Amino acid sequence: MSKRKSKESSGANGECISQVQKILRERFCHRCATGKLFGIEHQYRHLLELLKRTIVHGESNSALIIGPRGSGKTALLNHVLKELTEMKQVRENLLEVHLNGLLQTNDKVALKEITRQLHLENVVGDKVFGSFAENLAFLLEALRKGDRTSSCPVLFILDEFDLFVHHKNQTLLYNLFDISQSAQTPVTVIGLTCRQDILELLEKRVKSRFSHRQIYLTNSFDFKQYIRIFKEQLSLPAGFPDESFAQKWNKNVQHLSEDKTVQDMLQNLFRHTKDLRSLHSLLMLAVSNVTVHHPLITASDLHEASKQSRMDSKANIVHGLSVLEICLIIAMKHLNDVYEGEPFNFQMVYNEFQKFIQRKAHCMYNFEKPVVMKAFEHLLQLELVRPIERPSVRAQREYLLMKLLLDNNQIMDALQAYPNCPTDVKQWAASSLSWL
Amino acid sequence: MPNLEHPAYPAATLLHLESLVPCRESQVSMLLSIFGERQQFTFPSIFIYGHTSSGKTYVMQTLLNTLELPHVFVNCVEYFTSRLLLEEILIQLQSCCSETEQTSHVPCDTFNDFVRLFKQAVLSRELQDQTLYIVLDRAEQLREMEANILPAFLRLQELTDRNVTVVLLSEIVWELFRPNIGCFEPFTLYFPDYSIGHLQKILSQNHPPEYSADFYAAYINILLGVFYMVCRDLKELQHLAALNFSKYCEPVVRGEANERDTRKLWKNIEPHLKKAMQTVYLREISSSQWERLQCDNGEPGQLKGLSAHTHVELPYYSKFLLIAAYLASYNPVRTDKRFFLKHHGKIRKTNFMKKHEKTSNHLLGPKPFPLDRLLAILYSIVDNRVAPTANIFSQITSLVTLQLLSMVGHNDQLDGPRYKCTVSLDFIRAIARTVNFDIIKYLYDFL
Repeated sequence: MSKRKSKESSGANGECISQVQKILRERFCHRCATGKLFGIEHQYRHLLELLKRTIVHGESNSALIIGPRGSGKTALLNHVLKELTEMKQVRENLLEVHLNGLLQTNDKVALKEITRQLHLENVVGDKVFGSFAENLAFLLEALRKGDRTSSCPVLFILDEFDLFVHHKNQTLLYNLFDISQSAQTPVTVIGLTCRQDILELLEKRVKSRFSHRQIYLTNSFDFKQYIRIFKEQLSLPAGFPDESFAQKWNKNVQHLSEDKTVQDMLQNLFRHTKDLRSLHSLLMLAVSNVTVHHPLITASDLHEASKQSRMDSKANIVHGLSVLEICLIIAMKHLNDVYEGEPFNFQMVYNEFQKFIQRKAHCMYNFEKPVVMKAFEHLLQLELVRPIERPSVRAQREYLLMKLLLDNNQIMDALQAYPNCPTDVKQWAASSLSWL
Repeated sequence: MPNLEHPAYPAATLLHLESLVPCRESQVSMLLSIFGERQQFTFPSIFIYGHTSSGKTYVMQTLLNTLELPHVFVNCVEYFTSRLLLEEILIQLQSCCSETEQTSHVPCDTFNDFVRLFKQAVLSRELQDQTLYIVLDRAEQLREMEANILPAFLRLQELTDRNVTVVLLSEIVWELFRPNIGCFEPFTLYFPDYSIGHLQKILSQNHPPEYSADFYAAYINILLGVFYMVCRDLKELQHLAALNFSKYCEPVVRGEANERDTRKLWKNIEPHLKKAMQTVYLREISSSQWERLQCDNGEPGQLKGLSAHTHVELPYYSKFLLIAAYLASYNPVRTDKRFFLKHHGKIRKTNFMKKHEKTSNHLLGPKPFPLDRLLAILYSIVDNRVAPTANIFSQITSLVTLQLLSMVGHNDQLDGPRYKCTVSLDFIRAIARTVNFDIIKYLYDFL
């Protein structure tokens, strides 16, 4: 009977684990509008009011949502839209146009996209317009048709707003802000951007038509709230099918959030970056380890995930270099020390290397110059060394000036970790006077 | 060694997968746990970096093919503009999603069109919400395309609102990719380099059936002993192993030694491998030339590498012109008086000379010099009288064409043409020896 019971419980566990993974992965990887908002109630209310005024009262408006990457601008907007579409009046009336600076790289493409999203391709047909403004006015006029006295309110959402600023003459922005001021059609323009200096980038005529309404998202929670967020993000929701497992899971999460080591690790992450995106990335990695044999997340999972995300990538690359390439890096380090960071060329590096070989090395064979050159070019290919000017046909390769993109601490740390490093090489690296 | 286990895939497939990827089991198991089940979401973008031939492309392809996950695999060097890249992804998507053989060409200029066409293509029922993987190999080329391509790929899941993950494979670290205004950070995964044990294991797998595994393993040991300090690239080592094995077997074939006679085999192969380092490794000669050399049991002196072709027989005055150019490039101007005049008097060491003694000109490279200085030095080093005829000037031009001298500055400069000498010290010493000229005596750096 116990076997049957365990089989039942393991079967349930398999299904259950799959459900857990599904829910948590959607929460962390797929941006879900059902996630909770943390600490931005004020901004939420502001934006909601603004949009309500447009839709219900027919006011035209413009606003910018400004915040660093990962601070929740898109999430905020999606929440507000979700709440609005629950009102029947909004659902039937509102037209949304979503533009993204990464996709619509110039104004012509943007205009076509607006036409497409408003479903007006047939209406526009093959018409040719004299200017952008004419085209936009025609589109908005077309929305009026169909026995309405006033047209539907249109909501323009511009993601990566700072990229639209680089278009020629900022035509799209000028026209959008213009119609939002002229009160013919209720139009609201909401821009989302990560640049704090966005207003400096706008042209004078565009800036004057903008309402200067800015909503700032600043990740303004402190560490205690951060731990609470951690706990809430990792917990299973109330409607989870397997109640007992959900309870066990949530209790485990509570226990983790009180564990000192986990708190230290979170403190480390919090000091480095406050945004929730990195937290999600870490939690996703920890959750991916959850299997039937390992149904609850442990503190070591979190530590592993944290270590994985904090690896120094350049040190990893140096770990895989051959001994000859390591010697070249040490020669460059010495050149940097002696000449205080002035650029060097291959001939100087080779000279240093020769000095080392002749004086101290017992294990290194004296390689020929072309072999050393090939090793040097491998370092160039990995972009650990970068030329200062573009290589030209006229200049010889050996005399091209370069600089090293690693600093001394990175080099010394990488050498500690390097497997089977010959002792001569290690001592040469550590010696500070290169002519001894 | 971790056994690959995952509830979503049958154990037999996983066992087969494990056999295909030696020494990479932990990376594969991490990827499997990140990917999760077929319908589950995973990171919107994954960045995998590691040294060349550390198995990134091979492992991704093997993993996706063995588990039959829907994927699109594109090499960014092959499709080097954004238009080619996006069109190729759409074409591969057609053949991946539907069962029909024909694939029509869809023109796709901008990323905006790509997102629209992508959403349409993914709607087919074949995928049924499974995660689609787009793998971009040699992703460092994406930095050379338009500025919106890389950030847009990193956010593709959000922009298309579908279950898609973009995997970027590259040798370069992520810090050198990140755009200035920031982007959606991918999950970075490192594929560690193979250790010497791993290399031995992988290389020993290719042993030809006629010989025993131990014999081949001993050969690989010797090969790694010579080349490991210089190169840890698996592809290069495989190539070298394949090229030189016949030479290694020669004593056994000829009957002079048996398989266990390690010392004799070592003595036979070692000079050969050292020679290989200077020639085949540097691509001085081609592999077929190398093999021919081994068959002829050739005199190594006959080997004519690529750099041997730069030695050209020059006429008498050209040699002196080249020597004069070398002296003009590498000696500072104020020392000309001392070297080339008969009665020069003492040269006083000024402050300038004391401060700059450490950096010899041979480290900094050749300096440009005007034509007059070249001719002045030429007249002083050639014994008999040289007339400045057109013959001499045309020899200067032909030296420039041979790229032994290079012209500095614009063609129509008012002061007259300036040149610099681009040959190495060894080359010029060889030339000077043929005309019995001791160039070292005239070089300032060797005083």
